[in-house]
Amino acid sequence: MENSGLFFNLVPLIVFLPTVGLLINIIFGGRMSEKAIGTVASAASGLAFIVSLLLGYSLLASGSEAHVVPFAEWIKIGNLDIPWNFRVDTLSVTMMLVVSGVGTLIHIYAIGYMHEDVRFKDDVKRYGRFFVFLNLFIAMMMILVSGDSYLMLFVGWEGVGLCSFLLIGFWFEMDTLARPSWANSNAAKKAFIANRVGDFGFLLAAFTMFWYFGSLQFSEVFLKAEEVAASQPGVIMVITLFMLIGVTGKSAQIPLYVWLPDAMAGPTPVSALIHAATMVTAGVYLVTRSWALFSLVPDAQYVVALVGAITALFAATIAVGQYDIKKVLAYSTISQLGFMVAAVGMGAYVAGMFHLIAHAFFKALLFLSAGSIILGMERGHHHLANHGHADEHHEEVFDPGDMRNMGGLRKQMPVTFWLYMIGSLALAGIFPFAGFWSKDEILLDAAKNYSVVYVLLTIAAFLTAFYMGRQIWMVFFGKSRHAAAEHAQESPKVITVPLMVLAGASILGGALNLPYLHSLGQWLEHTIELAAEHGEEIRGYLSISWGGLNPVVALVSTLLALLAIGLSWLLYGRKPLQVGQIDPLKKMLGPLYTAFEKKYWVDEIYGALIINRYVDLARFLAEKVDWNFWHDWLHDSVIARFFRWFTKFLANPIDLGIIDAISNGLATLTKRSSTALRQLQNGFVRSYALSVLLGAVLILGYLLFK
Amino acid sequence: MTQTDLLTLLPNILLVTWACILLLVDLFIPQRRKGMIALLAVFGLAVVMGIVLAQAGREMTAFNGMIVVDGFSVFLSVLFLATGILGIAIAYGYLKRMGIERGEYYTLMLFSISGMLLMAQAADLIVIFLGLELLSIPLYVLAAWARPRLESEEAGLKYFLLGAFATGFVVYGIAMTFGATGSTRLSEIVARVAGGEAVTTLLLIGAALLLVGFGFKVAAVPFHMWTPDVYQGAPTSVTGFMAVGAKAAGFAALLRIFVSAFPSLSVDLVPVLWGLAAVTMIGGNLIAIAQTDIKRMLAYSSIAHAGYILMAFVPYGNPKVAHDSVASALFYLVAYAITSFGAWAMVIALEKAEGKGLEINDYAGLGRKHPAMAAAMTVFMLSLTGIPPTLGLIGKLYLFRSVVEGGFIGLAIIGVLTSLISAYYYLRVVVVMYMRDGDPQVTSESWLNLTIGAAALATVVLSFVPAALFTLASDAVLKLF
Repeated sequence: MENSGLFFNLVPLIVFLPTVGLLINIIFGGRMSEKAIGTVASAASGLAFIVSLLLGYSLLASGSEAHVVPFAEWIKIGNLDIPWNFRVDTLSVTMMLVVSGVGTLIHIYAIGYMHEDVRFKDDVKRYGRFFVFLNLFIAMMMILVSGDSYLMLFVGWEGVGLCSFLLIGFWFEMDTLARPSWANSNAAKKAFIANRVGDFGFLLAAFTMFWYFGSLQFSEVFLKAEEVAASQPGVIMVITLFMLIGVTGKSAQIPLYVWLPDAMAGPTPVSALIHAATMVTAGVYLVTRSWALFSLVPDAQYVVALVGAITALFAATIAVGQYDIKKVLAYSTISQLGFMVAAVGMGAYVAGMFHLIAHAFFKALLFLSAGSIILGMERGHHHLANHGHADEHHEEVFDPGDMRNMGGLRKQMPVTFWLYMIGSLALAGIFPFAGFWSKDEILLDAAKNYSVVYVLLTIAAFLTAFYMGRQIWMVFFGKSRHAAAEHAQESPKVITVPLMVLAGASILGGALNLPYLHSLGQWLEHTIELAAEHGEEIRGYLSISWGGLNPVVALVSTLLALLAIGLSWLLYGRKPLQVGQIDPLKKMLGPLYTAFEKKYWVDEIYGALIINRYVDLARFLAEKVDWNFWHDWLHDSVIARFFRWFTKFLANPIDLGIIDAISNGLATLTKRSSTALRQLQNGFVRSYALSVLLGAVLILGYLLFK
Repeated sequence: MTQTDLLTLLPNILLVTWACILLLVDLFIPQRRKGMIALLAVFGLAVVMGIVLAQAGREMTAFNGMIVVDGFSVFLSVLFLATGILGIAIAYGYLKRMGIERGEYYTLMLFSISGMLLMAQAADLIVIFLGLELLSIPLYVLAAWARPRLESEEAGLKYFLLGAFATGFVVYGIAMTFGATGSTRLSEIVARVAGGEAVTTLLLIGAALLLVGFGFKVAAVPFHMWTPDVYQGAPTSVTGFMAVGAKAAGFAALLRIFVSAFPSLSVDLVPVLWGLAAVTMIGGNLIAIAQTDIKRMLAYSSIAHAGYILMAFVPYGNPKVAHDSVASALFYLVAYAITSFGAWAMVIALEKAEGKGLEINDYAGLGRKHPAMAAAMTVFMLSLTGIPPTLGLIGKLYLFRSVVEGGFIGLAIIGVLTSLISAYYYLRVVVVMYMRDGDPQVTSESWLNLTIGAAALATVVLSFVPAALFTLASDAVLKLF
């Protein structure tokens, strides 16, 4: 093989380097300094990034064909053989680079961020635990993207779900101001349970697949896909729709998206890494990875595209009505994930992946900058508390993440301001930032074949630019609406430097797949067979943006974005929001805005329709069935009473009367005979000899006279 | 004497020569350094064991068929030599502590072991008798070793008198057998019986008398009465050696004689053996209950275990199960040897001068003061009872299996029931150790601790891989039939 000199065999390291990092922090973390803990974790993630780079180089050098690196035997029962193999192809390496690259930056950022968290209180153990979880997340995400079968993918899928749970509930016993509260642990549970619903869909998909394909290996499943599609119409449809349920859970799409906004309870680096840049894109990855299945069922593809597009618009409207800086970004994330899901649903896998990468850059940037802003606000608040002239704020509940408390931060935090601007422009899709290219490609694909999706996404893009504009004006411009904002301070280098790297990526990310060059498309086509090769008539809706730049689409979206920004200036920039003033948009839209603000009451509706009914059922089972019927009646009244009677019967006449009498009698007999026999042992040799003689006589007598 | 003769008897010759040399060397070793002799004796035993192991797998006959080397002899020789090494290990510190350390102790042990080796290799009744005497006479002396302590002298004298009495039965049995068949060679006896030249009645009487004689050696009821007195009176290190070595040697001779010379008598002898086994199990276990002295308790326990091993003789005439049952007997001997040595070593660890520390109640509080020791003792007690995970259980399992397969279900039931009775007095030790408060005085000696630890470990570990040991035992008896 020409693999000599290449690095494919290093691939297990992408999982084991973070594992080693977390083990070091588990074992020695208690005795290490904060710096050391953070350095170990960041180094583990950084080394994984280097390995990913080497793998990317190896692919380029060897013709970009997929490599499967066998690693270990895992499950082997009869004919079922599921090994743990690593799959190195252009798609998985792309994901590895994003995960470890963005991941490493966020690790570094977290060194500074976690130290400043007001809840930290120099508890190094807790600090170490955070990095253990982060490293575990990287390891699990790597398993997810590098697995060679749906089962390995599922292992990673569950693993990142666990990490998400652990990290959302990281401050499980307190709220942002270190007051006792179970809100964070409730958010963690909500995320976990909503994800379990999605996982159930994934599992059903995997079971169905195993039933009809007899395998879960990617290569075998994809090879048989067309055959099964021909002989068992409907099977692929069922599998892909079950998968979609999994996607809606992990990638926060309608109807399971509700956990993601609550997940912002986690520390900000977690929001950036897990709930914006990487884990939530797992669903997009899953669909892309399963392109061979989705491409066979155009109807399922259409459903996926619609779910994505509707989610994109739906979440964008909610984002307009939020006041918490992270909540806005959370709904924005849901919306952008909707863009990606719509793209892969339309078969525009390259566009979807492109947006995934670009989004990872600029959304991580935005979240981390938001974290920087929150820290700045907290510093300001702290400053007030220390400098006496803030007695009036002493009793007040201060939320450092509420945009209504901010304003004018441009002056106090100039670096963060510019970084945030870059992120916002990229997200809004302004030329030439990364978001412009990636979003445009999705719109272009939609415009070609899916007019409904195109309209939905275009409106969503308009709203995106609007809510970002609103945020910028509210946070950075105008006057401070709170004394804390007035005294906010810029963040240290360990926080801002990773942000600058991300900002650079957000500016230049578009270069990955410029129109007419399609470098990402050419890279991914080794893994995803493109429509061009198969002919459009066979593959139905499968189409990859292979054309170029449609000037109309690009112009429309850019103009709309600019219009939205202008509109936001009119509402929030021209006359900055005053303390206690109602949102100007509320005056214009009235109840509609209230619907945005209240998130369409989805949580309440879910609560009324599902959760409360579930609790009712549980209560019924617990109180009526289990307690009243099972315990009180069946156990206590029927079984226990009978049992008591029966045991009394067994105990008194049977056990004491018969059994004990026998065994006590036996024991007495044994002891008495023992004592009696002992009497024979009188110590005289003559009687011992007599005993021998008697024995001999008995034996001889028996033998001779029997 | 041919070369084969020499090679066949080489272990024995070497051992006896080494013992004689040590006797001389002893003269030049000052009293404070008598431990040297122990080390030299162990060295001799180890060398001889090496030679025996080198003989393994070979078949040799020497001195006109009076001495043989076969799997059976090698297996038992190794057991005897190991017994010797362990016997010295538990005696080493004990003798010093009790002020009875003299170099001849170890020399006498070597002589006794050479007698055991001879019994394992003997294929002639005369040689068996020779071996028996060579084994017994040093033991009579050793039993009285703690002179001028009265109990020890009494033990030696009782053992000697009754041993002489029993030897009479053996000699008489040999004479009867010779009278019946005209030969003392085991192979000849079988041939004569098969040829119809033997006088059956005389042969039967001979066999019965041999059974009585060896029944005395292995301490079967009703020939057992010397056992508690001697075991109690003799120095504990001698008792441990005696309980394992002398008993195993007695069984070696019995197995060799009955399996290779008297298969034809099995029909007549089965009821006798059945009764002997049953009475021994019942008697030993029953009387053990009433004991308060740990040495006497273990003495009765050793009687009871002789009964279990005797069970293996009952189906010896049934060719289908004979092989397995004899192999079970060997397995049980090893299991008993390991466990018993551990238990006696524990007794030594707690024994103090003037016969103190020998009551079972003296073990109170051991579980708290010396948890490791108590755990080891618990293992030994469980093994003697036959409770998993110990070698004792596996040994009983094999024995009961062969007895049941031989069709003697009644005997197996007696075996199980008496095991149940035995749980009472074995577990009482455990109860006393863990549930009573006390202040036990434990002497910590490295060789003793090593013996205890190794025995406990072997008792547990071997119980998880019993098949290997059983295969060894099974291979050893292959050529007997």
